[in-house]
Amino acid sequence: MTDTANPYAAQAHARAMAGTRVEAMPTLPASAAGDLPPGVAAEAMIWEETIAPGGYAAKQIDRGARLRLVDLAGDACASMLVFNAERPIERLNVADTLKVQWNAYLGAGKLVLSDMGKVMLSVLEDEAGTHDAFCGASNQKTNAAKYGTGDNWGPHPNARDRFSLALAKFGLGRRDIHPCLNWFKGVRVEDDGSLTPRHGPFAPGRGLTLRAEMDLIVVFANCPHVLDARPAYSVTPLRVSAWRGLVTPADDPLRIATPEGLRAFLNVEAEYSR
Amino acid sequence: MSDPLSGLTGPIVRDDIVPARAPWDAVVRKGQTLRIVDLEGNQAVDFLMYALADDAERYSAQDTMAAQGNIFLRTGSVLLSNEGNPMATVTGTSVAYHDTIGGACSCESNTLRYGHHTKSQHACVENFLQANAKHGRGKRDMVSNINWFMNVPVEADGALGIVDGISAPGLYVDLRAEMDLVAIVSNCPQINNPCNGFNPTPVRMIIAG
Repeated sequence: MTDTANPYAAQAHARAMAGTRVEAMPTLPASAAGDLPPGVAAEAMIWEETIAPGGYAAKQIDRGARLRLVDLAGDACASMLVFNAERPIERLNVADTLKVQWNAYLGAGKLVLSDMGKVMLSVLEDEAGTHDAFCGASNQKTNAAKYGTGDNWGPHPNARDRFSLALAKFGLGRRDIHPCLNWFKGVRVEDDGSLTPRHGPFAPGRGLTLRAEMDLIVVFANCPHVLDARPAYSVTPLRVSAWRGLVTPADDPLRIATPEGLRAFLNVEAEYSR
Repeated sequence: MSDPLSGLTGPIVRDDIVPARAPWDAVVRKGQTLRIVDLEGNQAVDFLMYALADDAERYSAQDTMAAQGNIFLRTGSVLLSNEGNPMATVTGTSVAYHDTIGGACSCESNTLRYGHHTKSQHACVENFLQANAKHGRGKRDMVSNINWFMNVPVEADGALGIVDGISAPGLYVDLRAEMDLVAIVSNCPQINNPCNGFNPTPVRMIIAG
């Protein structure tokens, strides 16, 4: 007889798993976070999760929240979608994010813009400097071509299909997977338009701190970058954490840094003037 | 190209003049060629595509750029869907390159780029929403588009912007459909930057084959 032959035995077997720790898992409650950012009180924490290689996670966060991403082992690729939590029909617009800021590269001081002329996120700190707004998510075909398979149920999940599962849990679907940002794995545009990956190797522990300028749903997939040239499916865990913070004040240096950015903040402030 | 129809094979199934500032849409069958003619020069033609069989599959600028390793669309560029399938191929163009990073102008982004005095001006997103609504699609179906005849360079320091065009009257681009698709066009009404030479003009859309 096995130790799961009747419901009581099966219950005991299941409960015996309690307390198991693995690398890729959420910390609950978030105030128990083992990796508190400097100066952040434990009770301010609202999220700490380590996203597995090939994994995904999503979270609703309030306006003012800080969101920190850490490339724990130096080989994460944080592909990100962003939605207005109240009205997810408003979402990240990569083209507007670049065009409005007259610049091809995201980094400290840059803003992440919605398709409704608003600032969704500000980049407060960036220890990486290698990000990508051009190449987007891997998909079933790109992963199958490189790794043999790309399915959610296999060993080489692709970022697009990870997004699809994450969005389904918010009532969103394939049509809502908009062009994404890739944090940590970078790309440069050359004079002839060609794209040169900047994929490392990188030191462990590079971080990025964002500030939510609206109530948001943030969605992450941690899969190899679509231009990753290595034959093996290579990606390491991604740490995401978030804590409550003050809404951006009128004299915030990022808010007033550029005329375009200031108008993006004014549009957010108009949205919340109710 | 003295004859706008030269080089096209098969019957001409559509031959439309799209007025300045207007939307346009058409079904393009696999194997047909869609020719877009910049009649008066430097007129941005904002362009999206959806698979006719499953319109959750649509043009993906990011997949297209990643696969070709380049941000510019030129002769030979294969335009990929968000599922990684070829939707169309640029079989010829008399312009050196076209844009797919600049996106579409909108009333809302115009307020950031130029000021809130531009909020009531017509914009490409308005055209896209109207043309897509005919097919039952809405705002969630909006993704990064192609801007035929628009020039968006990226400088070594990352500076990026819509600058003076490199097209001219009568220049064209030919697309061969690799699947049955719906083409959605906004003949760009923008008047605040050089994408239309500050003067929106008509374009010609020809489907052959």
